[in-house]
Order: sequence, then structure tokens, then C-alpha cells
Amino acid sequence: MSTHQLPEHPEFLWHNPEPKSSYDAVIVGGGGHGLATAYFLAKNHGMTNIAVLEKGWLAGGNMARNTTIIRSNYLWDESAAIYEHALKLWEILPEELEYDFLFSQRGVMNLAHTLGDVRESIRRVGANKLNGVDAEWLEPDQVKELCPILNISDNIRYPVMGATYQPRAGIAKHDHVAWAFARKCDELGVDIIQNCEVTGFLKDGNRVVGVKTNRGTINTEKVGLCAAGHSSVLAEMAGFRLPIQSHPLQALVSELHEPVHPTVVMSNHVHVYVSQAHKGELVMGAGVDSYNGYGQRGSFHVIEHQMAAAVELFPIFARAHVLRTWGGIVDTTLDASPIMGTTPVDNMFVNCGWGTGGFKGTPAAGLTFAHTIATGAPHKLNKPFALERFETGALIDEHGAAAVAH
Amino acid sequence: MLLISCPNCGSRDETEFHYGGQAHVPYPENPNELNDREWAEYLFYRDNTKGTFAERWLHSTGCRQWFNMLRDTVTYDIQAVYPMGAPRPSTAVPAAPESGTASLAADSTTTGTTAPSTSATSTAPGITKSGTTAPEGATK
Ligand SMILES: Cc1cc2nc3c(=O)[nH]c(=O)nc-3n(C[C@H](O)[C@H](O)[C@H](O)COP(=O)(O)OP(=O)(O)OC[C@H]3O[C@@H](n4cnc5c(N)ncnc54)[C@H](O)[C@@H]3O)c2cc1C
Ligand SMILES: [Zn+2]
Repeated sequence: MSTHQLPEHPEFLWHNPEPKSSYDAVIVGGGGHGLATAYFLAKNHGMTNIAVLEKGWLAGGNMARNTTIIRSNYLWDESAAIYEHALKLWEILPEELEYDFLFSQRGVMNLAHTLGDVRESIRRVGANKLNGVDAEWLEPDQVKELCPILNISDNIRYPVMGATYQPRAGIAKHDHVAWAFARKCDELGVDIIQNCEVTGFLKDGNRVVGVKTNRGTINTEKVGLCAAGHSSVLAEMAGFRLPIQSHPLQALVSELHEPVHPTVVMSNHVHVYVSQAHKGELVMGAGVDSYNGYGQRGSFHVIEHQMAAAVELFPIFARAHVLRTWGGIVDTTLDASPIMGTTPVDNMFVNCGWGTGGFKGTPAAGLTFAHTIATGAPHKLNKPFALERFETGALIDEHGAAAVAH
Repeated sequence: MLLISCPNCGSRDETEFHYGGQAHVPYPENPNELNDREWAEYLFYRDNTKGTFAERWLHSTGCRQWFNMLRDTVTYDIQAVYPMGAPRPSTAVPAAPESGTASLAADSTTTGTTAPSTSATSTAPGITKSGTTAPEGATK
């Protein structure tokens, strides 16, 4: 077939400009967080002479690999504040970005399988309500009513003893979210530069004044790091350390099925979470592979384990097939909370450590990080997440509430 | 899945092991003299090397002994297994480029970070070069 027989190419959502020799700010990493940050820098702070540098293709990192769970039912006040702000932004973003990325508020259930789980869950529901986050405790029969394919019988290893439920939580189309931000960035004058890897930084004393890339040196007043799994590598280039370990995190999908699963179900205890994508695939994930890894793949027993858990909870999945599995590189912290703020290098800012659960935070990360870059000071929502907390001891320990933290 | 060669038991599946993170992180010599920054470093900061990484593993469902390992965190190839307490062996194996990215640059910034208290030059006795036991790629 020759090209003139093909239908016309649809309009491009963004241009692919050559990098300029200098910008007012450079964002390193063209995933969801980098794009959202650039969008809010342009929209809220009028900074349009900026660039997003992405070493691969736009949103080809964790942004293209996550299982898209969006929720805000975190335990601690600091987390509830920023994730709930994110959820409120998700509720208005399709209109604001003029792009329907299929944000579906089908609810998220977190199952309890032990007495300890039950106590922790009920406590979290209480904490959520006090923070204005919608949350309910469900007894097993209510769980069954909401999600009829769940096995709530007593004859499994870890019977379902109840669940927390956040009705406003849900899923969205991750790649479309990235494209929605990218199109708006482009309209606002932001340069999105793909295949542009940052390989070093130029400093004047302790102040960053430029970035070295495989496409030449770019001068800039400010640098914002949004490199997720590669944050430590970039920090090391800049001359400081981050309390982060990069791990593989895997997920899988089945072939397409007719709609059977109306909500999102997560289980920390048996270690699996499942939703059904708009097209019909069952989407599953679990925890990270235990070892450090930058390979974008993990070990198969992790997949096997999560499928065993899924089949016990959802007996009808026994006849589904794995269509594909994949992995991303997630930047985990010891308190399972992100890091946002200033760094030991002047005019260099970092947004990282979102680990296994940063998709849901994308809009709030972008909004608050843009504020930090533009003003040089923390936003009230990201202030508690500064790097200093590892020194002061004011950790935001979400492990209890979010062992499978997606 | 990694196939890990325990110094005591031989090659076993990764599922028998427990990961222990970065090796060669000594307990502070004079804990009373540490300031908050130094405590933070000891408690929360670990190297996050892209490339050859010295790390601890526990053979938890076998001999229940700890040992150290050099592993490439991009290819996951196991380059050496050596006893606790032995210095980090030297390796000349360069980090392979990450698959699926446009990057060809060797990570000069992330390799060569020797852990404190070891000299990277001497080779410890009892080192198993895993090339003989681990299959290519070491993961499935
Ligand atoms: C399997 C899986 C499931 C997940 N499920 C969920 C979920 O259900 N819900 C949820 O909220 N979160 C989830 N997450 C986490 C979420 O995906 C991440 O926290 C989030 O995507 C991180 O932000 P990002 O989109 O900006 O990252 P990324 O998309 O990874 O963006 C970082 C970018 O930086 C680029 N980069 C790195 N180094 C350089 C350099 N030197 N120069 C230029 N560019 C560079 C990378 O190529 C990459 O594109 C999941 C993650 C994975 C892997
Ligand atoms: Zn052993």
C-alpha cells in the first residue's frame, strides 16, 4: 500500500521542537508528573519559556505502565490532604484540559482478611472522614453486593472479613492523561523534547545553571527533577543523594472479557489488586520485586503469586488467560510517601519517591511542584513531604495504610 | 526468577532467599557523636546504583545464612557471590544499557561507588564467579 492510500494522519497533539539554547526552567522527565508540572507552571505561574526533556518517548516510563488506580483514602493528614486535592483535580481536569481521558469513579475497595486488618481499616475510615475523604466500612455481605464476583465464603485461606470503600475513587486512561497534559502544554508554548537525555548538570558554585544532554547543552535558571525511577541517578549527577531505592514493579492483563468487575478491589493481605479496564481486560498488580532494579522487568514468581491470590478471591478468573506482563521502575522511600521540594543544589528542585502509587497524585504533584519551582518555596500541600523529614524524623509513614500502595 | 548460588547450598531459586539491600554499610563507630544529618544518612540513605551493586541476601529457607552478592541492577546478572565480612571484589564488567530506551551512555556516574570500609582492589577468598551457575540473563 502506498502512502497516498492511507487515511490522513490525525492532528498531532504536540510538536517536536528542537531544544533552544536556554529556558527559564527545565523539567527533567516527560512522564505524568513532568507534564503536569510544566502545565501548571505555564497556566498558574505564566512560565511558558520552559521545556520538558524526556530521554525516551513521552510518557513511556511508569506513566505508560501503571494500573491507573486513583484514590485518596490514605491514613495520615498530610497524605489525605494532597491525595484528596489530587482527586478533586481529577474531577475537573477532563473539562479543564478539554480531553475525556475516561476518568471512571467506580469506587475502590480495600479488603480486610484478619482482625488486624479490620481494626486498621475501621481506624482509616474514621481518619478519612475527619479529613473530608469519602469512606465507608462494608461488612462481607455488602462487599458481595457491590462486587458479586468476589468470593466471600469462609472456606478460603484468608476469608473476606469486610472492606473499606471509597466511592469517588476509580481509574482513568493513563496514556490519554499524559497526552491531555502534553497537548495543553504545547498550546501554552511549552517545548516538549523527546529523545533528549540529561547526562549532567552545569553549576555555578552551588547553583545549577544548565543541563547537559545528548542533544547539547541547555542553559536554564531552574531545574525540576521528575524522573521517577531514575531520580537517584540524576541526583548523583547533581552531587547529592536521595533516600530512594528503585525497584521493579510488575503488572499484567488478561484477554478482553465482557464486563464482570464493576469496581476496583485491592487486598494488601493476600497481595493483589484487580480492576477491569474500559476495553475489558482484567488488570492486576501487586507489590514490588524485593531487589533493586532498573531493568523494567521482574521475576515471574511475583506474577504467579498475585494470580493465585486473584483466583482465590475471584473464582471465575480461573479460566482467564494472561495476555501480557510488564514492569516499571518505581522510586520507593522508607515511609512510602513522596519527596517534594528544594534540594542541596540551589535552583534545583525534586519531585520523586512516589513509588508504586504516584499516578493518582499526578495533578497535585504537578500543581504543588510548579508552585515550588516558580516561587522557590514549598506549597502548603507539599511542605510536609520535603527531603528534610528524614533528618527531623517527621516521617509520613503510610506503610500501615498502604502496603500495596497503588 | 533469579537463580542464586548460595555459598553453602549451591544454586537455588530466588523464592528461597530474602533481600537485604546494600552491603558494606557499617554501624556508626561512635554513635553518640553523630548529628541528625549523619543519623539520617545511616538510617535512611542507601546507594541506589544503576549498574554493579553490592548487596546482601539471606538464604532464608535453606541454610539461613547471610552472604553478599555483586549484581547488575539493569541486566540482573549476578557477577559474584562472596561471604559476609569479605571486601567487595573488583569487577570490570560494565553496566549494560537498559533495554527499550534510547540511552547508550554508560552510567559513569553510578558505577565505581565503593562502599565504605572496603577496598575495591583485593579479591576475597571464596568468591564464586556465578557465570558458571547462573544462566544467561538469570531471569525468566
Ligand atoms: C506496574 C505499575 C503499576 C502502578 N500502578 C499504579 C496505580 O494503580 N496507581 C497509582 O497511583 N500509581 C501506580 N503506579 C505508580 C505510578 O506509575 C508512578 O508513581 C508515576 O507514574 C510516576 O510519575 P511519572 O508518571 O512522572 O513517572 P514516569 O512516567 O516514569 O516518568 C519519568 C520519566 O523520566 C524520564 N527520565 C529518566 N531519566 C532521565 C534523564 N536522564 N533525562 C531525561 N529523562 C529522563 C523517564 O524516561 C520517564 O519517562 C504504578 C507503577 C507501575 C510501574
Ligand atoms: Zn544456603
